Amino acid sequence: MNKYAIYLNSRRCIGCHGCELHCKTNKGLPVGPFLCEISHEPLKSVKGVPKTEFAFRSCRHCEDPFCVPVCPTGAMQKREDGIVFVEQEKCIGCMACAGACPWGIPQYNSESNKAVKCDYCMDRIDAGLKPACVTKCTTHALKLVTMQEL
Amino acid sequence: MRKSVWSMCGMCTVRCPIRVEVEDGAVKWIEGNQHLLKGALCAKGSAGPALVADQERPRQPLIRKGGRGAGRWEPVSWEFALDYVADKIRGIKERYGAQAILASSRGGPFQDVVKAFTHALGSPNYSNHDSSCGRNVHHASLSLFGLGRKGFIYDIKNARHLVLFGRNILASLRPAEVNQVMDMLDNGGRMTYVDVRQTLTGIKADNFFQVRPGTDYALALALIHELIKARAYDAGFVERYTTGFAELSAFVENCSAEWAAKECGVKEKNIHELVAQIGEDRPRVIFHPGWMLSRYRDSFYASRALNCLNALMGNIEIEGGLIFAKGPGDYGKKGVRSLADLSPKLTIPRADGVGEEYKHFEKGPGLFHLFYKAMATGKPYPIKGVICVRHDPFTCFPDPAAQKEALDNCDLLVSVDTHYSEFGWYSDVILPEATYLERDSMIAVQKGLKPRLIKRNKAIEPQSDTACLCTIIKGLARRLGLDEYFPFNNLQELWAWQLEPTGLGLQDFEQKGFVELAEKPVLFDREKLDGKFKTPSGKIEFSSQKLSECGFPSWKPYESPERPPKGQFRLVFGRSPIHAHGHTINNPLLNEMMPENSLWINSKAASRIGVNDGDMVDVSSGPVTSTVRARVTDFIHPEAVYTVHGFGRQIPLQTRAYHAGMSDQKLMVGQLQNMDPVGGGLNLCETFVSVRRSSKNPQRKVEL
Ligand code: SF4
Ligand code: SF4
Ligand code: SF4
Repeated sequence: MNKYAIYLNSRRCIGCHGCELHCKTNKGLPVGPFLCEISHEPLKSVKGVPKTEFAFRSCRHCEDPFCVPVCPTGAMQKREDGIVFVEQEKCIGCMACAGACPWGIPQYNSESNKAVKCDYCMDRIDAGLKPACVTKCTTHALKLVTMQEL
Repeated sequence: MRKSVWSMCGMCTVRCPIRVEVEDGAVKWIEGNQHLLKGALCAKGSAGPALVADQERPRQPLIRKGGRGAGRWEPVSWEFALDYVADKIRGIKERYGAQAILASSRGGPFQDVVKAFTHALGSPNYSNHDSSCGRNVHHASLSLFGLGRKGFIYDIKNARHLVLFGRNILASLRPAEVNQVMDMLDNGGRMTYVDVRQTLTGIKADNFFQVRPGTDYALALALIHELIKARAYDAGFVERYTTGFAELSAFVENCSAEWAAKECGVKEKNIHELVAQIGEDRPRVIFHPGWMLSRYRDSFYASRALNCLNALMGNIEIEGGLIFAKGPGDYGKKGVRSLADLSPKLTIPRADGVGEEYKHFEKGPGLFHLFYKAMATGKPYPIKGVICVRHDPFTCFPDPAAQKEALDNCDLLVSVDTHYSEFGWYSDVILPEATYLERDSMIAVQKGLKPRLIKRNKAIEPQSDTACLCTIIKGLARRLGLDEYFPFNNLQELWAWQLEPTGLGLQDFEQKGFVELAEKPVLFDREKLDGKFKTPSGKIEFSSQKLSECGFPSWKPYESPERPPKGQFRLVFGRSPIHAHGHTINNPLLNEMMPENSLWINSKAASRIGVNDGDMVDVSSGPVTSTVRARVTDFIHPEAVYTVHGFGRQIPLQTRAYHAGMSDQKLMVGQLQNMDPVGGGLNLCETFVSVRRSSKNPQRKVEL
């Protein structure tokens, strides 16, 4: 079973897109790939105030991922705790994973010529820390939840 | 091995406390200081390493070779550049006197060294960008409370209601403050937002007033009127600590909700509802008096009215209100030494006329735009040398073309900055400052509930031939025989000298990155606030003695703002959370997130001129035209068009930012001296522009 999920308290999110860059810079990514995304619906009037809610999107870490079996080198893997990640050494950058994923989650890193995707910052999790986006969210609107809590 | 360094962010002037992790001489991680920000940082804060790596910034001192602005530079050594600048300063000093030198820097804790240098030279002409930013708010606050705008901190977290007039607090953001706002909302606090358009802040508000541009003052006056009428104010506090309440009541006599509703184009019912809510929520209601409020010709009075509302609430020195910012002295502690205290006290008048012609303005940094008059006319005396430190007047102030004309009377223009500023590109010498991750800075005092000392430490060595500000100034001072005013050879010595009176040492900063000067926050006794208001009467002056002595009213009779002529719009501007004005537009990562701005235009107004969402439009004013993409939306007032400030840069070496988007200030033709005569701020939203569908929209598809 998947152990982790990232939850956005959209009441608290201010749409500053900080998380997207916190993620990118933690992974040292160049211009191009984004591993998470903040978006919102068009504004709608609620009691006279134009409002919208923000949504946070990154990899779903599917129970049964599409990207893992298509990977020709076994670089794309799913861990015990459910995290789907790319083992960089094995990746050849063929991007079959991105084609198989219905949401096109894996991205191409033009500097390393390999696939890159959200892995819940597993190196940080393994070190007892929180993912980059959660740690540095401007308003502490993002939380890493472990499934039992839900 | 990873090394951890406490420091301060420098991507914008909020200067958040940060912790940086470094490995093999490279920055690997930056987070907000856990003790103060619990890790939080904005997008810009994460983009620091991209600034360090950016090849499109000056990486060595440069001296101009061709004409000004031609972009031909000769890279030189620091020795050569500093000799060159010192020689020029010496020449100007001999010919015109030291007062012919003007130096300007960003305000805040690091201005000390620049101010000290200016005064040590013998010039009173130290300035900053504030006449295009917070001067109106500052002067309004002084006229009412006798304290400047930083004299209070806003305890937003504990407030029940936060009222914002155009203060887009969640987008033009300070992470610590943003968290206070969100905490307040989480605790059931209410927020009211007033603006000409909907914003990231407004979408979180309980009440939203989309007002006609330039009518904020009317709405503020109506709130005063209705709150007094409903007796929804703290009569005891008003009686005890204010003067001029009767005059204020008389002044707002005719400013009813009904009147303001018409004037602002909002519903009268909504104003009454807001008044009722304020009645419920007071005294813990904060009326934000504005941050950047150099906008309309009555912005000074609008800010003053908002602070009058704070006084009516009696929200001074209470939880959830305006709390006196406490310095080290308030806790019986000594602050750090300042270099400016060493330099000689000067009696020569300022060239901007502040203190002479303009007695009602606080001397402090004066008003930068007024120096252009001195340059152009030679009166009261000539200005011949301009040094701008991390301040880009061409981006801050209106009409760069007019600024250039005045600057052409100068013999020396120097830019000290981490990136090419538009001013720097036009200047004679660029002295490249190391980025904030590569430089140490002076120890700063931060006033607040609990005052603290904080320090920026360089995380990595400079990756290019750049230097920190203190070293640059020291280098110039040594060459000009001003060594005695700068008693240090390196930052270690400067810190030790600054800290001496405090009894603290550098080791005291190691644990948290700052030193707190108070254990527990203490509020002054609210029964004994006498003497805390530094006005002539010692009270909060609804009727200001100082203003009337200088021949100005304490409240200006309201004048309805002009409507734009047909086919024209009032140009307003603001900030996005991604960029810090012009400083970050060329940062590769921030540029990727927001490569250009757009022109917000009201849907109905757009359809009248045949503009669709996404069309390219030509925006023009006088001889200047910018072409930019239109963003057609219902959520802006039909009289206004809006854009994000800082774009439309014209520095060819900044390939990402070059001509990307439009620049509002270049369209403010003839507005350089359009100043609020009472507040001293520029009226930056008093320009009308024409908007047309551009011929750059493709009509045909010609492929081969
Ligand atoms: S968990 Fe890590 S990789 Fe995933 S979106 Fe957040 S920061 Fe990016
Ligand atoms: S950093 Fe936090 S507040 Fe900002 S957009 Fe991301 S989730 Fe929202
Ligand atoms: S607000 Fe953002 S850019 Fe400004 S100092 Fe803080 S983290 Fe840095």
